[in-house]
Amino acid sequence: MADKHKENLSKYTVDLNMPGAFEGETVTRRRFMNVTVQGLGGLAAAAFTLPALGFALGPVFSHEPFEWQIIGKSDDFQPLVYSLRVVTLVANVGEAGKSTAYVRKRDPAIDTEPADEFNQIIAVTSRCSHLGCPVRWVESAARFLCPCHGGIYDFRGLRVAGPPVRPLNRFYTLIRNGYVYLGPMYSVNSELERFSNRDPGQPVDGIGQFLYPRRFSTSVRPPTNNLPAPPPGVPAG
Amino acid sequence: MPKLPAPPIPKALRAKPKRPGENGNGNGKPSTAQVVQEAGITAVDWIDERTSLSGGIRWMLFRKVPRGVNWFYTLGSATMFAFLSQAVTGVFLAMFYRPDATGGAYESMRYIVDDAFLGQFVRGMHKWGASVMVILIFLHMGRVFFFGAYKYPREMTWIIGVVLLILTLAMSFTGYLLPFDDRAYWATIVGVNINGTAPFLGPYLSDFLRAGPEFGANTLSRFYAIHMLLLPALIIALIGAHLYLISKLGIAAPPWLKSHEEPDLDVAEV
Repeated sequence: MADKHKENLSKYTVDLNMPGAFEGETVTRRRFMNVTVQGLGGLAAAAFTLPALGFALGPVFSHEPFEWQIIGKSDDFQPLVYSLRVVTLVANVGEAGKSTAYVRKRDPAIDTEPADEFNQIIAVTSRCSHLGCPVRWVESAARFLCPCHGGIYDFRGLRVAGPPVRPLNRFYTLIRNGYVYLGPMYSVNSELERFSNRDPGQPVDGIGQFLYPRRFSTSVRPPTNNLPAPPPGVPAG
Repeated sequence: MPKLPAPPIPKALRAKPKRPGENGNGNGKPSTAQVVQEAGITAVDWIDERTSLSGGIRWMLFRKVPRGVNWFYTLGSATMFAFLSQAVTGVFLAMFYRPDATGGAYESMRYIVDDAFLGQFVRGMHKWGASVMVILIFLHMGRVFFFGAYKYPREMTWIIGVVLLILTLAMSFTGYLLPFDDRAYWATIVGVNINGTAPFLGPYLSDFLRAGPEFGANTLSRFYAIHMLLLPALIIALIGAHLYLISKLGIAAPPWLKSHEEPDLDVAEV
């Protein structure tokens, strides 16, 4: 029985004496039905699987717009003292969407990285760059300390000790009409060069920036020509 | 196919021999007990005639097991019952829980624990049962490993078991966020960031888990859906495959059993 098919070398159904075969036909009806049914079944499965999968994966490839937010007047911040500000990273989720930033004025004697309009006010996130726990500024030690795994950062947010892989993230800031606007976060390497916002635990020094590439969902810096208006009735400082 | 052993019927259910002149000789009415018994048999027969379920059940439950099986062999069943307990308590917790990141989730958990009748008990079963299930699944894996029960022909059972272990840990991870208190929130931040440290794909995996670049409104509902829909379905399917393979291949004998010395005694019927 095994050799039965080997003997029938002709590819034409007519030569195989199949009922209803016509001239030049090579695909048997059994084979045609097999391919059709499996193809249609696959199509039907893909018709609901692929949209569902795309729906679940969508947030990876889309990014939410980020608005500048006012965190105070420029006179509120001093060069060598950190002020704590609550910032909104995700709107409409209450406490879960809030984070905190340590804000101070730029001091050229300490802040040696090149100055531009986005770092006249230095805003350092409280998010530890090890795994994302909230760090706090401890005045007596003059260090940022992380309660989870002992990460320690200095006044500029550079790693001093512990498991963190890079300095603390920073926020873009902008001074307009005496108000300080806070933009999206960015990451910095140990030279305080800017990189797009990486999650905690992902180094950006050396090969790290390629091992942990930029995400599609990272908020881009919004244009500075359309800032939200300052609160009414408050004279600009 | 060899004849399967008949299920042992308890003494109380066995038909008693008839006395002379009693019911059942074709004269006189059957007693109520006989009618009830007959009704039950008829109903079971009706189903069995159409499904042949009894054969499958006997195939599953009345297997030959090797001599020397002991209490360690019950760890798998114990894990399965821990899962069943999680499934049942989880279904009823879902009737009260609201995956609302703006505060509704925490409030619904507070209602379950503080106000709902037996809520603290059922929630406690689910919470502590999760730890019990993880402990049991590791003990079960240790038993299989140290008894060498993963070897030919049972490798596929082992692989499915490893996938079940990973799914169970994924259940623990996704379930940890749901109380939505400070511990849950920060533990999930840390856990998602640990996932993100995988090279190349890690950053995108974090975005997938969070449903965005930051912990947001959809993170909690995403974890909730994975926790109570996706993972349980996979676990139930794989437990079914695991049990099928166990029934098909039989239980491995304990390693100290020298079956070749007493070939007649290496199986005992239960």
